[in-house]
Amino acid sequence: MSRIAARDTITVDVRFFAMLRERAGGERCRVELPGGSTVAALCAHLRERLPEFPEGYAVAVGLAYAASDHILEDGDEVALIPPVSGG
Amino acid sequence: MTARSGGSSPRVEAVISATPIDAAALVRGVSGPGEGAVLLFLGTVRNHNRDRRVERLDYEAFAPMARKELAAICEEAAGSFGLAGVSAVHRTGRLAPGEASLGVAVASAHRDAAYRGSRWIVEEIKRRLPVWKREAYADGTEAWLDGHPTGSAP
Repeated sequence: MSRIAARDTITVDVRFFAMLRERAGGERCRVELPGGSTVAALCAHLRERLPEFPEGYAVAVGLAYAASDHILEDGDEVALIPPVSGG
Repeated sequence: MTARSGGSSPRVEAVISATPIDAAALVRGVSGPGEGAVLLFLGTVRNHNRDRRVERLDYEAFAPMARKELAAICEEAAGSFGLAGVSAVHRTGRLAPGEASLGVAVASAHRDAAYRGSRWIVEEIKRRLPVWKREAYADGTEAWLDGHPTGSAP
């Protein structure tokens, strides 16, 4: 791990919605990751922890859609956004 | 895109609401003496979908993000289409057939911008608002509807 990361590990709060909430069996969970982890790393971690987890969702950090190379920070609120069906 | 003739900034309001949509209030919110066109769109719950009878819809939203995205969509539309006013509401909670789940009111100096801007707003809402609907059918079963992917997790 490079020295760029301010901490050795970070903890993020992950929220689930709609069908993902049902699949995850809860509304939220806390995930500990190495400092400097990206959204992609979080997704890989969740897939390992929840093997039944479907593909094809987006990720929001704070309240904005985030790219897979977005670097997470300690305390981030992350939302997994399944395909939307508003309107 | 047409530029807005008035110099003032557009009136924009975006709301995620658990209570029934007040269409008249939406129209009042965007109307002004400088506008020649006021257009109201209501998205309403259908009592059928893919040959199945729908009893009700339950809407779930990531409310703080949905409000932020909805406001961003309305602001973008106001700028791009030269709208003088935009007011949009998306419902959450349980809705019966015939009830409005989405209300969008726009006002502009001329009708062309209102029609085009309103259509764009509704399409963007369907494309990116973090909202999900679950249908309950007459036979007692329920299902989340297939949605639009807003992006792909790696």
